Amino acid sequence: MVAVNGQIESGQFPGFDDLYCKFCFVYGQDWVPAAGLEEGISQITSKSDVAPTTFVWNFPIDITFKSTNPSGWPQIVVSVYGPDFFGNDVVRGYGAVHVPFTSGRHKRTIAMFVPESTSKLQKFTSWFTGRRPEFTDPKVVARGEGREVTRVRSQGFVTISFNVVTKDMKKLGYDVSPSDMQNPSLVPATERIHKY
Amino acid sequence: KYLQIGWFKLVDEEKMIQLESVSLMKRLMNSFNKRSLKLITFQAVRFLSDVQLRYSGGFCEEDKLHLIMFSLSGLPPVPSTSRMGFSELSIRERMREKLKAARSKAEAALSQEDLGPRPRHLKSIRERKAELRLDEGVSVQNDYPSAEEAYNFFTLNFDPEPEGIKVGARKRKIGELMVTDEDFLVMKPAECERYSEQLQKEKEFLFIPSMQTVPTSQKMPENMQPRYLEDEGLYAEERPFVSPSNQNILENRILRQEQVKWFGDDGRILALPNPIRQSSTRPPVFSMEEGIPPELETIYRKAIKTTAANQYLVGPGDFQGPFQLDIDISGLIFTHHPCFSREHVLAAKLAQLYDQYLARKQKNLTELLTDKLRALRNAVQRSIDSAGASGPTAQQSIPEYKIEIRQTRRLRDAEQEKDRMLLKSIIKVWKEMKSLREFQKFTNTPMKLCLRKEEVDWRSDEKAYEAEIQAEISELQEEYMEEYEKKMEEYKTELQEWKSWKKAQSKKKKKKKDLQEEESIEDYDLGGEPVKPVPPKMVDSLEIEQQVREKANNFRRKPGEPALIPELVLSGSVTPSEQCPRAEVLRREDVNKRSAFIKVFFNSKEVSRTVTRPLSSDFRVHFGQIFNLQIFNWPESLKLQIYETTGLSSTTLLAEVFIPVPETTVLTGSAPMEEIEFSSNQRVMLDHEGVGSDVSFSFEADGSNQMTLMTSGKVSNSVSWAVGEKGIPLIPPVSQQNTGIPSALKNIDAIASIGTSGLTDMKKLAKWAAETKLDPNDPNNAALMQMIMVVSSGEANIPDFFRLEQLQQEFNFVSDEEFNRSKRFRLLQLRNEEVAEFRNYKQVPLHEREISEKLFQEYEKKLHEKDVIDSKHYLDARRAVVASYLQKVRESVINRFLIAKHHFLLSDLVNEEEIPTLGILGLGLFKLAEPKRPLKPRRKERKKVTAQNLSDGDIKLLVNIIRAYDIPVRKPVTSKLQQPSKSSRSFNEMFAASPSAQSPTNNVDWAFDQVLVRPFVEVSFQRTVCRTTTAEGPNPNWNEELEFPFRAPNGDYSTHSLQSVKDEVFINIFDEVLRDVTEDDRDRGSGIHTRVERHWLGCVKIPFTTIYFQARIDGTFKVNIPPVLLGYSKEKNLGIERGYDSVRNLSEGSYITLFITIEPQLVPGESVREKFDTQEDEKLLQAAEKYEVECTSKFPNRQCLTTVIDLNGKTVFITRYIKPLNPPQELLDALPNSSQTTAELVARYVALIPFLPDSVSFAGICDLWCTSDQFLDLLAGDEEEHAVLLCNYFLGMGKKAWLIIGNAIPEGQTTYVLTLEQSQYVIWNPSTGCFYKHYDTFCPLQSVYCLISCDNIWFNIQQWDSPVRISFDISKPKLWKPFFSRSLPYPGLCSVQPEELVYQHSDKAAAVELQGRIEKILKEKIMEWRPRHLTRWNRYCTSTLRNFLPLLEQNQGKDVEDDHQTELQKQLGDYRVSGFPIHMPFSEVRPLVEAVHSTGVHTIDVSNVEFALAVYVHPYPQNVLSTWIYVASLVRNQ
Repeated sequence: MVAVNGQIESGQFPGFDDLYCKFCFVYGQDWVPAAGLEEGISQITSKSDVAPTTFVWNFPIDITFKSTNPSGWPQIVVSVYGPDFFGNDVVRGYGAVHVPFTSGRHKRTIAMFVPESTSKLQKFTSWFTGRRPEFTDPKVVARGEGREVTRVRSQGFVTISFNVVTKDMKKLGYDVSPSDMQNPSLVPATERIHKY
Repeated sequence: KYLQIGWFKLVDEEKMIQLESVSLMKRLMNSFNKRSLKLITFQAVRFLSDVQLRYSGGFCEEDKLHLIMFSLSGLPPVPSTSRMGFSELSIRERMREKLKAARSKAEAALSQEDLGPRPRHLKSIRERKAELRLDEGVSVQNDYPSAEEAYNFFTLNFDPEPEGIKVGARKRKIGELMVTDEDFLVMKPAECERYSEQLQKEKEFLFIPSMQTVPTSQKMPENMQPRYLEDEGLYAEERPFVSPSNQNILENRILRQEQVKWFGDDGRILALPNPIRQSSTRPPVFSMEEGIPPELETIYRKAIKTTAANQYLVGPGDFQGPFQLDIDISGLIFTHHPCFSREHVLAAKLAQLYDQYLARKQKNLTELLTDKLRALRNAVQRSIDSAGASGPTAQQSIPEYKIEIRQTRRLRDAEQEKDRMLLKSIIKVWKEMKSLREFQKFTNTPMKLCLRKEEVDWRSDEKAYEAEIQAEISELQEEYMEEYEKKMEEYKTELQEWKSWKKAQSKKKKKKKDLQEEESIEDYDLGGEPVKPVPPKMVDSLEIEQQVREKANNFRRKPGEPALIPELVLSGSVTPSEQCPRAEVLRREDVNKRSAFIKVFFNSKEVSRTVTRPLSSDFRVHFGQIFNLQIFNWPESLKLQIYETTGLSSTTLLAEVFIPVPETTVLTGSAPMEEIEFSSNQRVMLDHEGVGSDVSFSFEADGSNQMTLMTSGKVSNSVSWAVGEKGIPLIPPVSQQNTGIPSALKNIDAIASIGTSGLTDMKKLAKWAAETKLDPNDPNNAALMQMIMVVSSGEANIPDFFRLEQLQQEFNFVSDEEFNRSKRFRLLQLRNEEVAEFRNYKQVPLHEREISEKLFQEYEKKLHEKDVIDSKHYLDARRAVVASYLQKVRESVINRFLIAKHHFLLSDLVNEEEIPTLGILGLGLFKLAEPKRPLKPRRKERKKVTAQNLSDGDIKLLVNIIRAYDIPVRKPVTSKLQQPSKSSRSFNEMFAASPSAQSPTNNVDWAFDQVLVRPFVEVSFQRTVCRTTTAEGPNPNWNEELEFPFRAPNGDYSTHSLQSVKDEVFINIFDEVLRDVTEDDRDRGSGIHTRVERHWLGCVKIPFTTIYFQARIDGTFKVNIPPVLLGYSKEKNLGIERGYDSVRNLSEGSYITLFITIEPQLVPGESVREKFDTQEDEKLLQAAEKYEVECTSKFPNRQCLTTVIDLNGKTVFITRYIKPLNPPQELLDALPNSSQTTAELVARYVALIPFLPDSVSFAGICDLWCTSDQFLDLLAGDEEEHAVLLCNYFLGMGKKAWLIIGNAIPEGQTTYVLTLEQSQYVIWNPSTGCFYKHYDTFCPLQSVYCLISCDNIWFNIQQWDSPVRISFDISKPKLWKPFFSRSLPYPGLCSVQPEELVYQHSDKAAAVELQGRIEKILKEKIMEWRPRHLTRWNRYCTSTLRNFLPLLEQNQGKDVEDDHQTELQKQLGDYRVSGFPIHMPFSEVRPLVEAVHSTGVHTIDVSNVEFALAVYVHPYPQNVLSTWIYVASLVRNQ
């Protein structure tokens, strides 16, 4: 059981204004969200006038997963959108990060990127029509498969803070708490194996 | 609280109170007069009166008094007004009074504060607040009514009585100490300050420092003058710059805070010195070169050998430092160059010849050989002279000498000839050159040839010449003599042989004289006649002499002739450019533009290059550069690349020259210059005098005698080993030449000694270690030693494999066996492998115990039984084999598909707008002008939904049932006897011959049967059943929409899973029959008791996948109606004759118009983009691709099919599938005289092969085409296979047939067959066996895209694609675009089909057995479906039906109805029979069961119903089985 709460705190997207973000969780087959929201869409925020021109969303995340298998550990996928010069809603960045494994408070800064147009001409037309290349599914960024065909450009950062609470991880043989990492478990290997 | 309540009640009874209170007042006055507080008393009385009123006199006097006291204690004195005047007072006056009272109250309040305790317990917090505010308000209030007053005013103003008015004022006072105003809200107007006020207020506590300069005096303490340190000559630090306004603000601020300590002596703010330094603290970096910033400057450093590179070199002592190779490139001479003029060519030739001459002269071979010859002759002479003395040895040597003389002479002659020829050619070239110079009137080369004549003594010369000739003649004579003798000898022996043979021959002849001539001739032939030898001729001495002299004349200097010695000098003058013609000037300019450089390659790596030097006019380039190459290993190759640059632009590689690596003895200083020739095969053509390269040119004016020269030249260079400081040559050890590794290291470096492959061979390594005596204490060898220890200590098992992840074991968290044992890991593994059963398994349990064994059982069973054929389900071993084979093919294809699914295209991942073409833009503009609501609206394309974000209930299947035509009608039952007429259009009565059938029930039936038929449609999909309302008549019109929820298997809405949905939409047409069940005629008047019965009429089945791929299905379908429907007949001539009726009647059968779609529209999956292997010619495939692109660009909706994929997953050209094949002989023999019926029979045979769509069997995979023999083996396939087989059969029968690729309903993209019969085109549906005329409107084929024959493909390029509107004349290229045409002739592709199909004979016994089994199963099923009723079987009827079925098969379900019914009714007179035969191809039992179930025969629930069921299986060759099921229900007529 992994309970995650936290917030999508802020983002840095130089050159843009009025952005909002969506998030969703991607997780493996053995994971089930037990409570909370899997997806969300934030308010539109404007760039602050003062020096660190960040976009502050402070958008809360609250979700609890249960799982039988650490494979497919949940990832949060964040995609940021905002109007462009012509007022079309355009994607400004995709990014994904795993929910931290260890319990406690974590802060993650995700580098965001957007897919590039395949040609200069297409770049122009997409700029003109306001329909930039987008991923068919934002969840693509949480997977490695098929990414080799894409070209992307980096576009800013999003900072997310997580408060992670885990339950029964150790009972099932997974040592993830930081103190355990320092002092490896004293349980003999054979015993540990049996608990899988 | 009492008071509170009473306060309001008081209002009504004011009058009474008034009276009472007056009397009370009087009493009070008396009792309190000593205090003489009249006014207060009054107030108290007033209050009391209220109280009294409230309690309606329930208080005793004491109480009242007490209350008065009570109230007095907290009451402020009220200003007195005349009690009597209350009523007269106007409201305004009252108000004033109140205010007065309030004023005086304050004083009273102060004085009476301590009169008594306040009854606080009754007050709420709010009241308390109000009270406080009131206290404040007292001081502020002037003429305005307070909030409270206002409130009171409004709550009480409907009270006209003076008392009520008074209350307002009084209550306020009461409120202070009492409870009464608990209800009052304290309300105040919003406090609003004016902006100016606000500013004023702000001014009071905000300070805005001014930006004015503060006078110095203020900043300094009193009586102090500011000091200026600078003025005093002291050092003052520079202050950091702060803008004056900011400084002023700060100063003002500080002043305000009165912290003068911040000001310095000079009246300015204290400040630290400016921290910013003007100069950089870092040491400056100076650029060495002008114009380059120092950061970007590059510094040359010598190459340093890294230590890491020699990790195999053990110990530093072995390092031998760099060796050096000096490459001296002095220059380049072109022997031919494109810019050569003709003269240059000659000059080069001349120079070459002259060089040759010089070389020859230096060697002087002729002289040498002449001397040798002379010496030999002398020797011979001497040996002959002293023959006796020197004995036999000398004698022996004479012939040897002679042979030598001969050889030497021959050599000398050749040399002499060469010398002579060379001289001649030199002179010839020179002459040519001279003439050329004269001709072109300018000189390009300074070359000049001088011939020096050397006078010789004529006499001695002649003598020597003659002596030479004589000597030669004698020698030759001698030689010839010898030869003659030898030949004579040979001749003699040969002659001898010949003679003896001749004799033998003549003897033979004599012997065989009596034999036949032919034989003798043969004999002669066999023997072969030896030629009679010719005696050799004696050579004439004169002849010899002549020969010798002639030779001498040709090659040798004539006696007395001066010896010519050519000398080449470069003293000639070159004509200056001004005097040359234009072309020559151009050439010279071009030469000047050219320059060359050379790159030096060491081990084919460029190490350096020379500077670029211009080409001189004599085509020499001088470099004169020496390159020192520091090397470590013996060079493998040294190479020079010669580049030429023209002008500023192009650099071309002229040639590559390999330089031999010098011997170790070749050291710098002593190395000779070597010239290495090179040449280039580049073709250069120039537009000026230059002759170019690889271009033929001629010296002759008429262009004859052409010659072609290539660019060539010589590089003069020298390569040598450098000599070190101490005079040691810097040469790598010679041994390296072979191994490439220093020999000193060889024994230490393992790789060097045993090779890299040896490293894996432990034994070799150990052997090597032992040999080299490695130092075991050397840490460098630790790893090696350890390994060797392991190897040598006991026969350690040397793994015979190479491990990539040697650390894998450390990361294994369970042992392998445990891993294999664990069910959980197994489950995870299988899921990861995407095994079908576990592909989407969610939430793998955490614990072993939670995984049930069952999970794997099925999978394991499948694994085990892969090869074991289970015949239980198939009833037929053959089919079971086929099924398992199909399963295997499917699996392999699915695996391939799964792999392909993991290959992504950009479009899969990224949504990107297409570049708008001009057409789209134009269309967009056109759309703007379109009317908003057009008069003829068109169906708009719905938005497609990708399947990924769908869940249960999102998808709906909409079925619109519009209308039907020609539904069979009931047969009216009449009492009249009617002869069954021959025409099927006449009425036939089922029970016409049976009078007993005319029971009263039937009469009632007839009453209901006024309506011919009452059909309704029931649609079932995924166990959801919906039905329409009941319509009437044979051409009903429902126009109803039925909605079905769609559930994907396992909730998986991916395209892949949607494609594999096997569900079908069943559209059944029923007739609703109302049957009177009133048993007693007496009840008839009072009530109607009918039962609704439904009779199945026919059905249409549409697979879901078709709907999914088509997105919508819209059209009229033929209803699948059984050939015999008991009790029904086709209504034909009763309908009103309308225009299209005649057309419709052409095609028999009922039709239903449907519109089916999915809401929302789903995106159909794309076929796999895998590139399949192929054995086709690459050119053909390219042509096919081009053809397809061309076709689809013109008609994007039409599919163009050129290549298909066969069962092995290989791309095959489509025409290879078409080949005439023989249909089963049985079918041909059946009706030998009618080709039409035979064709139908064949089509029926093909249609009898079960249908299995690819999209279901190979989900998501493109079509796989089986060859016809595969198809017949599998006995399952979809339209393509059927069509191919049928087409091949037709071809085999000698018809003209084509394959049609087109679109049909309901199949969608499909394949039909087209035949040409008697100048009429016929379209065949291969999966039903039906055929349609070219102009048949009810042909299910909607559009035609391609026609395919065995040698060509035609693409439909007509405007229309509907078969009715197009012409099938493929010979017209305007209508049909052929694939193979004149430009691409048909290459004669061989077919993939077999030569001939071999059919197994039909197995009658097996068919009978199968028949029995099916019947048993079906009977069981029907009983199963009727769990609540008893199912009786009418054996008599069953046997009757069984007799009918073969008849039906024989007639293919046609024209048997009448006979059949008469027959039936004869035998089953008193039964009401409803039933029908079902005909199906046989594949499995399940579809049969389903078909029977869908008819709903079993649903009848009349108590005395009986059933009859008969099955007939007719075997056709190759195990194609035609199955008939006759199912009927019988109700005995009462």
